[in-house]
Amino acid sequence: MEIFDIQGGAKLDGRKSLTADLAIIKMPIPNILHIPLQQHIGAPAEPIVNHGDRVLKGQLIASSKGVISAPIHSPTSGTVKRIGDFTAPHPSGLPVLTLTLEPDGLDEWTELPDPLDMETATSQEIADRVSNAGIVGMGGATFPSAVKLNLGKRFNLEMLVINGAECEPYLTCDDRLMQERTEKTVMGIKVMMKALGVPKALIAIETNKPLAFKAMEKECANDGNIHIVHVPARYPMGSEKHLVQALTGKETPAKGMTADLGVVVHNVATAFAVYEAIYMGRPLISRIVTVSGQVIKKPGNYETLIGTPVSSLIELSGGMTGTPKQLLMGGPMMGQPLPNLDVPIIKGSSGVLALKDTEIKDKNVMPCIGCGSCVMVCPVALLPLDMASRIQHDDIDGADTIGVRDCVSCGSCNYVCPSHIPLVQYFNYAKGSLKKQDVDRRNQDRMKTLAQNRALRDEKNLLALDRKRADRQAYKAAMSKMISNKPDSNDKGHETDNGLDIK
Amino acid sequence: MTQIPPMSGPYLRKNKSVRRSMLLVMAALTPATAYGFYLFGWPAIILFSITLGSALVFEVICLLIAKRSVSMFALDGSAILTAWLLAISLPPWAPWWIAVVGSGIAIVIGKQVFGGLGQNVFNPAMVARVALLISFPLEMTTYMQPLVIFSEGAPTFMDSMSIIFGAGNFDAVSSASLLDTIKTDLGQGVPLGEIMDGRYSPANWILGNSISSIGEGSALLLILGGIALIFGRIITWYIPVSTIVALGVIATIFNLIDPSQYPDAMVHLFSGATMLAVFFIATDPVTSPMSPKGQIVFGIGLGLLVYIIRTWAAYPEGVSFAILLMNAMTPLIDRYVRPRIFGRTQKGTPLNLSEKS
Repeated sequence: MEIFDIQGGAKLDGRKSLTADLAIIKMPIPNILHIPLQQHIGAPAEPIVNHGDRVLKGQLIASSKGVISAPIHSPTSGTVKRIGDFTAPHPSGLPVLTLTLEPDGLDEWTELPDPLDMETATSQEIADRVSNAGIVGMGGATFPSAVKLNLGKRFNLEMLVINGAECEPYLTCDDRLMQERTEKTVMGIKVMMKALGVPKALIAIETNKPLAFKAMEKECANDGNIHIVHVPARYPMGSEKHLVQALTGKETPAKGMTADLGVVVHNVATAFAVYEAIYMGRPLISRIVTVSGQVIKKPGNYETLIGTPVSSLIELSGGMTGTPKQLLMGGPMMGQPLPNLDVPIIKGSSGVLALKDTEIKDKNVMPCIGCGSCVMVCPVALLPLDMASRIQHDDIDGADTIGVRDCVSCGSCNYVCPSHIPLVQYFNYAKGSLKKQDVDRRNQDRMKTLAQNRALRDEKNLLALDRKRADRQAYKAAMSKMISNKPDSNDKGHETDNGLDIK
Repeated sequence: MTQIPPMSGPYLRKNKSVRRSMLLVMAALTPATAYGFYLFGWPAIILFSITLGSALVFEVICLLIAKRSVSMFALDGSAILTAWLLAISLPPWAPWWIAVVGSGIAIVIGKQVFGGLGQNVFNPAMVARVALLISFPLEMTTYMQPLVIFSEGAPTFMDSMSIIFGAGNFDAVSSASLLDTIKTDLGQGVPLGEIMDGRYSPANWILGNSISSIGEGSALLLILGGIALIFGRIITWYIPVSTIVALGVIATIFNLIDPSQYPDAMVHLFSGATMLAVFFIATDPVTSPMSPKGQIVFGIGLGLLVYIIRTWAAYPEGVSFAILLMNAMTPLIDRYVRPRIFGRTQKGTPLNLSEKS
């Protein structure tokens, strides 16, 4: 199959060999689970259990709220210890509503729904099941998957793209999944195809994962509708819009979605979660997490319950050899620094990295020499150096006019910069303040409309009041006239009409 | 609780730095420079050392005045590279004060007054070269026939010291560069064919052994160095290729129109400062456009300006003037020549799918 060129991109040092050959290991149940009620993009889920309740594995503990939201299920059986604020895996270190569960070690399942019969299941039934299972995009974006499985209703879709690129260094969880759970993953993909109503699926795998490629190709050998495609190992190949461009040559319009091109992209781990929901009735309560970095004693891929504190995960994996220079959740390019070790694994946590200083190469920031390396690698064809200099001079609007909002924060520019300028930091800052500006402006507009409406209403009321008053006066006048003029049987009606004829 | 200060990713970095880039450019210049030392002997070596040494002194003084980190900036390699480029574009036997004044102009006026590394509008080495050329035309256009170092008749180290510091009198054949000769003789009505008689030897210009500045002797070594930089991803091909093509095309067109007045493309490309400029000076990241398209525009403009200045202006060597003029154009090019953003039209509006399909 022809692979189309994508703009820019950087060749990264993959560092996947630390974990690429290690089979997935199932993590034991930790002593405590912290389950944030917002693990997805959209509205947080609402708790439906109370402090002290005993819950079973797979039981719904928080239901979704609104169209873009996802429910949360108990990862094991145990007792609800606390429902309250707890630090989320987010660089801000801000707390979110979190349910703390003390496992009882019995790991007792709740009653699960029957598998869906794929012969008869409708698109809506599949989407509903996926929605009820709390499945979100597991590549890290955590967008509720059911919403994306329902796009067939609104768009004329041609194909499903399964993202198995895994372009972030260190991470190998998708690689292992494709090798070890090939059949189930492919079954999940077929379910997704059915839900979307597309005849064709492409599974994109970067060339640095030959074993996963082989396994998937073998599994799909007899299926003419699913094709496995090697894409170059060029960061950020796993970016949705770029992957679609590499596969179809088509460019998603700014502010648009790949569905505009007839393509829907789902992560390969999401496909596996869909399989479990459809064929086993299981909600999303665990995921495979790559634990890696040179400070980790036993790097590997661990199937971990959602809510497992990072500290427990690292401990159960074998611990650390020292103090890491940097602790990350996700990959080293776009991952988040962890505020502390207590934060839990969530549905979108693809990796936990504990990096040594030699892995990070902290360097002095020098002035920009305008070398243009960042321009060459930017996958969105922006001018990072120009945007950064505008933001440095507090010209956020200037950065906006040259496209800072189109920046995907992939970090390629930052990666190649010989002056080590924290470009992404600048762009995220600018995007944040632009967003705030937007919100402020929208609020202002709303205030304005409200005020205007009120003024209009007032005016109307006043008019109505005036009219009422006038009515009343006219009525009075008419009445007095009627009283003063002796009623004449012939003229009465006429005069009354006249008197009430108010202009 | 381990508290790690939040900061934005990425947490990986390519093993690149400003100093590394500067050092690699110097490495790429080394063969051509070494060959220049071989051709022109001790005077060239002494002049080169004075230029670099004085540039470093000026740089440190400026950093001290500006209260910036001397350890971080003085050794970033940029001052030494600037001085290096200036030195190898000087006539090999120029007096010491040319080197010192040149370094001072390059570092102080060309770079530091703008705010130091990355802030200058004009290429510092070219600012100095042009300032010297205008102020001291005699010293800047007195070239020497190559006198290979350690060969018979070549100046010894002591001779060279006296040549550079102007104490003694050493007997050598001074001469004008080829471009100088063409300019002067054409002005006096000598047909080009006659001027070129015995002087037209592209092989010599390419391999070296011609009358030139210290580092401009061998076009071949400069080209090889430049290609190494392109493959090492220190520079891109856009400026060198577009400049060479533009200069080659316009020279060929005029040469075809009237061969008795206009030298051919070989003369323009391989003699004089062209190759040094297109690979090492025009590609200076600070003073050239940031986008590939912008760099191509820059290169075409540079090639045409070099030709125009050499052919119709008062100076036989137009490269340094052309570079300064194009440096001045760079902000304008950057403003108007921009890459098309992903998912948008050149104008910046989102792509319209119905229009495209």
